[in-house]
Amino acid sequence: MLNASDLRKGLKILLDGDPYIITKFDFSKPGKGQSLYKCRLRNMINGNSTDRTFRSNDKFEKAPLEERSMQYLYSQGDEFHFMDTNTYEQLFLTREQIAENVNYLIDNMEATVLFFNETPIDITLPIFVELAVIQADPWVKGDTSGTDTKPVTVETGYVLQVPPFIEVGDKIQIDTRTGEYITRVKE
Amino acid sequence: MISQLRLRQRNAVIRAVRLFFEERDYLESDTPLRLPVLAPELWIEPLTSGTHFLQTSPELCMKRLVAAGNAKLFQISPCFRKGERGRLHLPEFSMLEWYRTGIDYMDLIEECEDLVKGVVLECGGSPLFPDLAGRFPLDISFARLTVAEAFARYARCSVEEALSEDCYEEVLVDEVEPNLGVGGQPTFLYDYPAALASLARLKQEDSSVAERFELYCDGIELANGFSELVDPIEQRRRFENERRAIVAAGREPGPMPEKFLAALDDMPEAAGIALGLDRLVMVLAGAASIDEVVCFVPEDL
Repeated sequence: MLNASDLRKGLKILLDGDPYIITKFDFSKPGKGQSLYKCRLRNMINGNSTDRTFRSNDKFEKAPLEERSMQYLYSQGDEFHFMDTNTYEQLFLTREQIAENVNYLIDNMEATVLFFNETPIDITLPIFVELAVIQADPWVKGDTSGTDTKPVTVETGYVLQVPPFIEVGDKIQIDTRTGEYITRVKE
Repeated sequence: MISQLRLRQRNAVIRAVRLFFEERDYLESDTPLRLPVLAPELWIEPLTSGTHFLQTSPELCMKRLVAAGNAKLFQISPCFRKGERGRLHLPEFSMLEWYRTGIDYMDLIEECEDLVKGVVLECGGSPLFPDLAGRFPLDISFARLTVAEAFARYARCSVEEALSEDCYEEVLVDEVEPNLGVGGQPTFLYDYPAALASLARLKQEDSSVAERFELYCDGIELANGFSELVDPIEQRRRFENERRAIVAAGREPGPMPEKFLAALDDMPEAAGIALGLDRLVMVLAGAASIDEVVCFVPEDL
């Protein structure tokens, strides 16, 4: 059991049967009055945010969450299949659960799958992934148009802005937190 | 760790505070921080130090000095409160507390306004506070609003409804406080419901309210003051109620402050106030959090 005084940003608690993460936390205490613990919480299943104020006698349970290291196998329609590399157990997450991570997923990629009550609800990818460029406008040396980036398409179909010297066949490193280009990878 | 600018600003404010009390012939006291007995308070949890408590406020010791004949007394001292940490809270913070005999809470409201204006005037001339004069115009009187008026003006319910529906703190914090002391005009909130004042005298004309006030700047509570309750029998009864509430909340009540209650017999009419000194520095310096104006926060250590 957790007490209200344990609440802090980043803590994951069980509320009305769902796992929530505290995304904003504020302590307040009017003079001679009781402590208030004001939280913004994000539902870890549907992503909805809600504001709640708790008092010092409120009690909480930690959300029963577990992380497992898994390997991405393939997608079929809106199902994205993963395999537990220890038990060889297979499961899938939906396109909605994968969300923007779909931009970086390639076969055999390692991912951390988050489980709530034995049900997969979310994945976390490595911060940096390396993807091959499959479509890019050629680089015209001495181009004076003034633009210092150009759009390219990588093997997942994701389109992003990169420096003009990037060409088809190059591997580039992308930050999965921001979706932005980091560097060209020397083969 | 505090920046050089904030440390200089903090020094300037504390110097101006001491100057104010010196000019008004106050004595400065420095009562012990480790105490065997505290005033029982339901919503304040003390920290312990060996067999003693760390003071949550210098109130009881200072009032014993007042009862012993010291008519004007001020003190700047650290206070300790378990589990209080936020943008405006530290488990160890600096309190400015002062007492004066022969006055009531309305006189003390005047003196508190004089103090804040005196500090603004003193600091406003320094290059450390370039925009202070603009943010705190000295020619405007601070606003005065009863708690009932403030709830009627800003809240979805009256103060009586908030108390009976057990949502007083939530309504105060979410709906009332953000409107208090904004736009360069600090606000005094006064005449608190009798239930919310353990050590304050009830108003003679209306015993449903206590002669208690708080000062707000930019929605931030800076100070809490009142006409002192000097009736030892009534004070003992309130402490007993508070101790029962502490037991009901599952905590251990400390011993009854007998020496304080005995001293109350000799206590003349007086008013006293506690002002969060770190918060005053924060508001005058325009800092976003109390963290910016103390030398170290617990997480730095």
